[in-house]
Amino acid sequence: MSGFSVTEPSNRSKWIAGFLVITYALITMIPLVWILLTGFKSPADAISYPPKVVFDPTLEGYVNLFTTRTRQTQEFLEANPPQNWADEIVRQYDMVIVGPSKFGERFMNSVIIGFGSTFLSIFLGTLAAYAFSRFKVPLKDDLLFFILSTRMMPPVAVAIPIFLMFRNLGLSDTHLGMILLYTGVNISLAVWLLKGFIDEIPREYEEAALIDGYTRFQAFYKVVLPQAATGIASTAIFCLIFAWNEYAFAVLLTSANAQTAPPFIPTIIGIGGLDWPAVAAGATIFLIPVMIFTILMRKHLLRGITFGAVRK
Amino acid sequence: MSDRTVDRVAQATPERVARKIRGLSDRAIAWIFISPTIFLLLAINIFPLIWTIQLSFTNYKANRIGREVKDVGLRNYERILTDSDTWLNMQATAHFLFWTIFFQVLIGFTLAWLINKKFKGNDLWTTIIVLPMMLSPAVVGNFWKFLYQPQIGLFNYIVSWFTGKDPSSFEMLGSVTLAPWAIVIVDTWMWTPFVMLICLAGLRSIPDYIYEAAEIDRASKLRQFFTITIPMVLPFLMLAVLFRGIENFKMFDLVVQLTGGGPGSVTELTSINLKREAFEKWRTGYASAYAIILFVTVFGLASIYVKALNKVKQR
Repeated sequence: MSGFSVTEPSNRSKWIAGFLVITYALITMIPLVWILLTGFKSPADAISYPPKVVFDPTLEGYVNLFTTRTRQTQEFLEANPPQNWADEIVRQYDMVIVGPSKFGERFMNSVIIGFGSTFLSIFLGTLAAYAFSRFKVPLKDDLLFFILSTRMMPPVAVAIPIFLMFRNLGLSDTHLGMILLYTGVNISLAVWLLKGFIDEIPREYEEAALIDGYTRFQAFYKVVLPQAATGIASTAIFCLIFAWNEYAFAVLLTSANAQTAPPFIPTIIGIGGLDWPAVAAGATIFLIPVMIFTILMRKHLLRGITFGAVRK
Repeated sequence: MSDRTVDRVAQATPERVARKIRGLSDRAIAWIFISPTIFLLLAINIFPLIWTIQLSFTNYKANRIGREVKDVGLRNYERILTDSDTWLNMQATAHFLFWTIFFQVLIGFTLAWLINKKFKGNDLWTTIIVLPMMLSPAVVGNFWKFLYQPQIGLFNYIVSWFTGKDPSSFEMLGSVTLAPWAIVIVDTWMWTPFVMLICLAGLRSIPDYIYEAAEIDRASKLRQFFTITIPMVLPFLMLAVLFRGIENFKMFDLVVQLTGGGPGSVTELTSINLKREAFEKWRTGYASAYAIILFVTVFGLASIYVKALNKVKQR
């Protein structure tokens, strides 16, 4: 557009707008930056007043996050010199590392349940979305309303019968149970989003394939799927982020075996007093993948965020 | 639709050949593709709802398996609706709902409007602003608790830097007057970007020629803002409010990590109370009735709201 367009904001108003938005963005980043910094502080630095922005970085928080430690006598410490750098860090407090903490396991549970439910949601969701998009299906128009209404139930309310159901079926505190549950929660949105993407692929492509002798399955697999790849990827990211972040079901329905990271991270604080650096380290490791995904997929996320109500 | 090429081909060929071309019939494929999804939706969404309704008329306790389950009729509902604590929880929820939506709409719309000025690098900054809403509310809420610590927390330090108050003189999470605002602040920090994104989509959907026409008619910028921008964005904004309203009515993870409902019960939102009844006191029947009341409330309010939204859209 030329500089004379009446709808183009003036340079001055652009400057002011830019300044205000950047100021807001920087303020909004403060808590996130603080999580990152606190993870590299010593417990003493983390709770010092005034809050320290400049400090000696240490990996203590990360060591504490991944290990369990016990206090030992001086004789024992002298008899057993530290094995590695992590050992040396905990020696400052007369402690020795006795084994890994539960964090690694909880993190893996998050990965297994997150990816498992995402795969299942996308697999089933794509099939259903294709059918909804291409065939006459009864009750098609009620789908959006159905999505909305299933999301009106507080998760805590749904958790009551799910808890009883899982107990009867032996699915309590299992990965499979959580994968099925998250798939059930995600799938209505996944179908809705995917249907939008498949609707945009011209029918003529498949019809040409059908005339060329493809079966419906082949046409779906070889023509529609590649065309819908971007849509499927962005829907998948959305399902993954939901399952990754979910807390209410996880805290109510899982405990020793299938517990994911969100209910676990707040409990780190109980291990050895007020260990904020370890909490911050756990939060950092847990939040960073989502931040990276968000930045990489920013162009495609809007649809998922707005329940597909806003196209692009 | 019989005029589709494929149908014409199919009609022109004998049934045997048509079958070969198509493999399974479309109808069969449609059912094969849809039924697993329907099954899952029934199992995870519909069946629990029905079971909750059924449980809500009983005195069932999930932690006592052998105990006889009695039908108590509407007693659970009666007790909930006459309990003054229920109304205190509702009030706390209403306070939370109203102020989070108020601030999020105000800040979110302003940000969207500013971003829509298309300054250089607005894409990058939009992404940065969006980050908080993509993160786990429980983990974030837990960390905000650290920021809110009276003596050592960053939040108190910044407030005292600006106001000169002693940072240990106020407790955001420990004070009855401040705690309801503490949760509003975190929720606003987290979810303003959501309202912003929807408003941005609304602003971008307004075609330039409308402004050009207004410019030719010599309408002032202010007038353009109130007669073009606001009415055109309103349906989007209302949609954002609907989604935020539903989400915040069932708010659990963020607040449970921040305050756990306290101090006392000033931030005990309905979901937190529901969790106490169902999974701490194990009054399953009572909690089920509570869940149904919440569901009906949201459903009712949302239906009225959707009607209003459709009216605005039609204008």
